[in-house]
Amino acid sequence: MATHSDLPLLLLMTLAKVVVVLGVLLTAIAYIVWMERKVVAHIQSRWGPYLVGPHGLLQPLADALKFLFKEDIVPDEVDRPIFWLAPLLAFTLAFLSISVIPFGESITIAGHTIPLQITDLNVGLLFVLAVTSLGVYGVALAGWSSNSKFPLFGGLRSSAQLISYELSLGLAVVSVVLIAGSLSLREIVEQQRGLWNICKQPLGFLLYFTAAVAETNRTPFDLPEAEAELVGGYHTEYSSFKFAMFFMAEYANMVTVSCLATSLFFGGWLGPVFGPPLVRSLLPVLWFALKVLAFLFVYIWIRGTLPRFRYDQLMGFGWRVMLPVALLNVLGTSLIVAWRSV
Amino acid sequence: MLEAYLPVLVHFLVVLALGLIILGLSAWVGVKRPSPEKLAPYECGMPPVGDARERFSISFYLVGMLFILFDVEVAFLFPWAVVYKSLKWPGFLEMFLYIAILLAGYLYIWKKGALDWSR
Amino acid sequence: MIAPLFYIFAGLAIVAALSVVLQRTPVYSALSLILVLCSLAVIYLLLGAQFLAVIQVIVYAGAIMVLFVFVIMLLNARQESPTDHSLFARRLGLPLLAVFLAEVIFVVVGHFSGTVFAAGATFDGGPGAVGGLLFRNYVLPFEVTSILILVAVMGAVVLAKKQL
Repeated sequence: MATHSDLPLLLLMTLAKVVVVLGVLLTAIAYIVWMERKVVAHIQSRWGPYLVGPHGLLQPLADALKFLFKEDIVPDEVDRPIFWLAPLLAFTLAFLSISVIPFGESITIAGHTIPLQITDLNVGLLFVLAVTSLGVYGVALAGWSSNSKFPLFGGLRSSAQLISYELSLGLAVVSVVLIAGSLSLREIVEQQRGLWNICKQPLGFLLYFTAAVAETNRTPFDLPEAEAELVGGYHTEYSSFKFAMFFMAEYANMVTVSCLATSLFFGGWLGPVFGPPLVRSLLPVLWFALKVLAFLFVYIWIRGTLPRFRYDQLMGFGWRVMLPVALLNVLGTSLIVAWRSV
Repeated sequence: MLEAYLPVLVHFLVVLALGLIILGLSAWVGVKRPSPEKLAPYECGMPPVGDARERFSISFYLVGMLFILFDVEVAFLFPWAVVYKSLKWPGFLEMFLYIAILLAGYLYIWKKGALDWSR
Repeated sequence: MIAPLFYIFAGLAIVAALSVVLQRTPVYSALSLILVLCSLAVIYLLLGAQFLAVIQVIVYAGAIMVLFVFVIMLLNARQESPTDHSLFARRLGLPLLAVFLAEVIFVVVGHFSGTVFAAGATFDGGPGAVGGLLFRNYVLPFEVTSILILVAVMGAVVLAKKQL
């Protein structure tokens, strides 16, 4: 139990970490959007954003300002409280799970050793899953409260999609827990010092990443916003910054999912470390960031390459391929772990 | 133990405040020029037809039900996986039996066509 | 530190629970119920039951309530209209409510002591502890759960697909 003297210190340190992490996350999101537009443009032999700043580097800032000053249209007959609540919920939950992700080992400032993680929970992994499982409501409520046909169908489809792939996501993660014997993300990373989990769990990783792409509503699973049939999906009626909140939530979820993939399968912050103490404590953060960035690039690459599933294919794939394969992967992993520990 | 959870609360409150500030700010500075057409639900430019909140396919309801049941199963897998290394073979048999029984249920819903969305 | 947090979240749970009953729009009731379940999760946490707290959110707030919301959307449930004042509620409900309240007050007053809050510091309800108990001491109930889920799976399909 924290004694009363170090409680204010803990709170202050936490607040500082939260502000830094959120600042980095928001900036990262802005530039992932820029990166996405650039990469997809180059895949399609276009230039992408080019006018605002050198190579369009100030585009995210311009976008944010535009969103802020756009008219915030609240259509008649929407359910106003829930119409407001839905984007807030999506935003809050999307930015919440980052709190248990370890992005480095620890740093020593003025005699205090500060772990580079907002907090390490011994149910950390389950905490991320719990927050993810609540994310359905942002989508479902946005669709319902809009009182319009496209959002309703979009919201409904996407909630059904989210819950279906959540099962495979959970099962894919269980196999990592079997190897690590812990739900604390820090311990899971530490335990990969010898060999990254990707070598032990290639199938588990494939399942995780597929489910994660579906959970974040990205191509080829971006049915909720299949513009050809559903216009904008659940956020059709949203405009101005309320729309931007959903947009930011989607990218924040992408970052979280990539961070989790890095921590669970690619050794988190682990990597070669050298040099003076300060460099020593900051290099892991760099490795972590580079690994996460690689995942985000794969996300964008997939979007530029693959066509979209049909809805019945999507649900069929989730329930008839992902779920049984993930279940068998858990059994297979447990068999091997039991064999080796005898 | 509890002080590990306090930062989560702090983080949650900061994020919530941030969200509220952004929403409030955009509602405050954004232009407001409403018109009946703008405020109508979007239906590809046509005047809206009928009520938006229609009843829809039972499949969505079924998928919700099945999700709960399999989610409970996954919930049991986590504590099992954490202590698995100390349980060894008895642990494997316990979970094998459990999953086998649930696989029977899974095969049943597959046979019944509950997982077929093209119908 | 624990006591003020307990009072905040217990208060939140009670207010949200009242809102579940008093709201006329079903979706609002469902949302309030989600809030109740999340506050309960925090109270579990304060008691040291960390694993139970996250599972509470995953299973109750994140799965069961999703089905509730689906059903409300499915049935296109609108505002409730107040029913005729039922005699059953007045003749039986109110006395039963009074008895129940008296019972709760009796238990709380009779057994309350200041030590309750201290539990969080000593009790380990982490995933390891739960797993150890569940898979060593309570294997049979665990296995029986699978049959329970099997029956529920079959029931769900039979109810939803009568024509098959």
